[in-house]
Amino acid sequence: MESLTLITLSVITAATPLLFAATGELVTEKSGVLNLGVEGMMIMGAVTGFGVGVITGNPFVGVLAGTAAGAAMAGLFAFLTLGLLANQVATGLALTIFGIGLSALVGKGFVGVTVNAMQRIEIPILTDIPVLGPILFGQDPLVYFSFILLGATAFVIRKTRVGLILRAVGDNHDAAHAIGYSVVLVRSLAVLFGGACCGLAGAYLSLVYTPLWAENMTAGRGWIALALVVFATWRPGRLILGAYLFGGITILQLHAQGAGWGVPSQIMSMLPYIATIVVLVVISGDKAKIRLNAPAALGKIFHPAR
Amino acid sequence: MVTDNPNTDPAFTAPASAAPPSRAPGTPDLLTLTDIRKAFPAVVANDDVSLSIKSAEIHALLGENGAGKSTLVKMIYGVLQPDSGDMLWEGEPVHLTGPSDARKHGIGMVFQHFSLFEALTVAENIELALPSPGEGGPSRADLPDLIREVSRKYGLPLEPERVVHDLSVGERQRIEIVRCLLQEPKLLIMDEPTSVLTPQEAEQLFETLRRLSAEGCAILYISHKLQEIRDLCEVATVLRGGKVVAHCDPRTESTQSLARMMIGAAPKPPDRDGAKSLGPVRFEIRDLSQPALSAFGVALKNIDLKLHGGEIVGVAGVAGNGQNELMAALIGEVRGDRADAILIDDRPFGRIGPRRRRVAGACFVPEERMGHATAPDMSLAENSLLSASRRMKLARSGWIDSAKRDGFTTEVIEQFNVKTRGTAAEARSLSGGNLQKFAVGREIAQKPSILIVNQPTWGVDAGSAAAIQQALLALAADGAAVLAISQDLDELFAISDRIAVMADGRLSEAVETAKLTVEEIGLMMGGHLEQAEAARA
Repeated sequence: MESLTLITLSVITAATPLLFAATGELVTEKSGVLNLGVEGMMIMGAVTGFGVGVITGNPFVGVLAGTAAGAAMAGLFAFLTLGLLANQVATGLALTIFGIGLSALVGKGFVGVTVNAMQRIEIPILTDIPVLGPILFGQDPLVYFSFILLGATAFVIRKTRVGLILRAVGDNHDAAHAIGYSVVLVRSLAVLFGGACCGLAGAYLSLVYTPLWAENMTAGRGWIALALVVFATWRPGRLILGAYLFGGITILQLHAQGAGWGVPSQIMSMLPYIATIVVLVVISGDKAKIRLNAPAALGKIFHPAR
Repeated sequence: MVTDNPNTDPAFTAPASAAPPSRAPGTPDLLTLTDIRKAFPAVVANDDVSLSIKSAEIHALLGENGAGKSTLVKMIYGVLQPDSGDMLWEGEPVHLTGPSDARKHGIGMVFQHFSLFEALTVAENIELALPSPGEGGPSRADLPDLIREVSRKYGLPLEPERVVHDLSVGERQRIEIVRCLLQEPKLLIMDEPTSVLTPQEAEQLFETLRRLSAEGCAILYISHKLQEIRDLCEVATVLRGGKVVAHCDPRTESTQSLARMMIGAAPKPPDRDGAKSLGPVRFEIRDLSQPALSAFGVALKNIDLKLHGGEIVGVAGVAGNGQNELMAALIGEVRGDRADAILIDDRPFGRIGPRRRRVAGACFVPEERMGHATAPDMSLAENSLLSASRRMKLARSGWIDSAKRDGFTTEVIEQFNVKTRGTAAEARSLSGGNLQKFAVGREIAQKPSILIVNQPTWGVDAGSAAAIQQALLALAADGAAVLAISQDLDELFAISDRIAVMADGRLSEAVETAKLTVEEIGLMMGGHLEQAEAARA
C-alpha cells in the first residue's frame, strides 16, 4: 500500500514537467510555429530557476525566474524565425544546443549546491487519508497548477476568440493575414507562452523533481515533450494521458532497476524513447485524424503576401 | 460554341474613353480612385489608375492575368497601400490601414483563392472575419442563426457546423460571401468568383449578386470572362499592363470589342482542320479504379477511355473531382494492381512506372508547373534532362551529353518562343506563361505518340495559351493521341474532338464536341452524369 502511494507520487512528479513543456509547445505549434528548442528552453529554465532559488532562498521566486528565462529564450527564437524569417527547424535545434552549453556555463558555480526545495502541501486530515490523501491533497503547488494551466489552455483554444485566432493563424497564415490579423504578433505571443511553459518545466526539474543542478539534467525530456504534442494529435486533453504514460514509464524503469530484474539498466533507460517512437508510428497511421487537428501551416515561413 | 466567332465581328469601333464616365453632380460616388500607382521591385503593377464606383452599381474590372487587377483591389481592400494617388470613400479622402479598416468602412471582399481555414467550421470561419462581440459583433451563440438567416435571404445554403475541408468549392465561396454580407457592406469586391464554379453555380451566384445590387450594395466584379461581364455588369473598367485603357458599358459592347480592349489585339482562336482521320487506339484506360490517396482525396471509379491517334480528348470537370488522381495514375506515379488497366499500344502498362511509359511513347505534363512539371531551382537544361533523357538520348551509359542536352533545350526554347535568358536560367526565373510553354514544349519536342496534359493553359496569358493550344492541335494533326484535362470549358470546346466529364471520381463517356452544349457539360460537372446522359439519349 505504502509503496503504491510512493510510486504514484513519483509518477506525478515525473509527469508534471512533461505536461508543462508539452502544453507550451502545443500552443506554439497551434499557431503554426515548430520550435524544436524545447530542451534548450527547459534547461535554461532549470539553471536560472535553481540559481535564483539558491540566491534568494525562495523556490517560488526561482520558479518565476526560470519561467522568465524560458520566455527569453523563446523571444530569441521568435526574433530569428518570425522577425528575420530564419528556418524554424534549424533555429530550434540551434536553440537547444545553445541552451545546453549556456546553462552548463551559467550553472558551473551551482553544482553540488543545495536549495530550498518546494514543499508539498499538507492539509490536515485530508492529506492523512490513506493512499488517496497524499495523492490528491499532498502534492506541491505546481502539480495543481499544471492541471489548471492545461485546463485553461484547452478552454481558451476551444472556446474563446483568442483561441480561434490562434488556430486560424496556424491553419492558414495567408488567409489570416488577408482577413487582417497580425500573424507575426499572434505567433510571437504563442512562442513566448511556449517558452515560458518550458522554462517553468525546467525550474520544476531543478527545484522540485531533483532539487539540485547538474549539467544536462533535462536529459531529453524536451524531446519527449515535443513528441507528446504529436502523440496528443494537438489536443490538450490527450496531453495528460501522454504525459502520465511517459512519466509512468520513467518511474517503472527506475523501480525495475532497483528491484534487480536482471535487465541491463541501459535498456530500461531507453524505454521512454522507444515508447515515443512506437507511439509516433502508431499515430502517424491515421492521417485523417492528424489532418483535422494538426496546424496545416506548421513550420512554414510566413512572407506577408504582395 | 461559347463565344462568337471573332472573324465575323464588325470592325472595332469601341466608344470607350480613358476618362471615368461622367457622374451626376451633387451625390458623391461611393468610391473614387485618382491616379493610383503601385510599383513592385520588378514591375509597375498599377500606373495612374483612376476609376469611380457608384452605389448599387455592378462594376466590372476587366483585364488579363498580370494586368494589375488583383493589386488594385488589394489596395481598395487595404491589404496593400498605394505608392501615390488619392482614394475617396463617399466623397471623403480615406487611407486604409488594413483589411479590418476597410471592413469598418463597409468594404467586403471575396477572394479568388479563398481565405478560408480548412480545419475550422463554417461558423468559426465567419466569426474570424467579424468584429468581436466587444466591438459590436454578434456573440458566438447567436452566429449560427444569423448565418442561416442571411443564407436563406440570399439563396446561399450553408450549414454552420460543417468543417470547411469537407465542402465543395461552390460551398466555400458561399461562406466567403456570407462572411461579407454579415458586415452589411456598401461595396463587395468579387475576385474571379466564377473561375471555380460550374455554369449552374455561376448562374446562382449572379442571382445573388443582382439581388444585392438591388438592395443598394455596389459590386466590383473582377474577371477576364467577357460573356459573364456582359450579362452582369453595367460599367466596366479595362486594365492592360497596369494602366486603365478604357471605361465602357459592357452591355453595348461585343465580346470581341471587350477582348480587344483587354488584350490589345483580337484573340485568334486555334486553327483547326475540319476533316480528320482517326488512327488506331494508342492509349486505353480499362476499368481503372483506385482508392483515394489521402483522407480528402477522391477515389477513381471504373474509368474507361480509348484514345485514338490523331484526336484530342478533353476531360472537363470542376477541380477536385479526381483529375489529379487520374493524372497520377496515367503518369504512373501511382500504380494499381491490374496491369491491363492502362494499355499503351495494346501492351499492358498498369504496373509499370513513368520512365518506361515515356520510352513506350507517352509523355506527360502535370498541372503544377513549378515543382511537379519542372524542378524550380534547376536550370532549363537540367529540366530537359529530367524528362527527355531517355527518349532523346541526352545521357549515354550514365554520362550526360551536355551538348545534346543544351541543343535540345535550345530547340524547345526557340520552337515554343520561350522568353528566357538561356538554357542555364533557373526554371523559377521564368514567368508562368513562359514556363508553361517550356513544360509543354519539352514534351511535344520529344515527338510522343501519346501526350497527356493536365491544365495546359492554367494561369497563362492569352498569347501563350493560344500558342500552347495551337501546338497541341499540331501534335494531334501529326497523328499523336492527346488527352487534355482542363477546367476551362472554352478551351476544351476550342481544341477537343471529344469531351468527357469527370465528377466524383467517375468519368463519363467521351462525346463528340459538336454534339455537346455547355449546359449538358454543366449538368455533368455538377455530378448529374446519368441525368445528362439520359437527356441526350
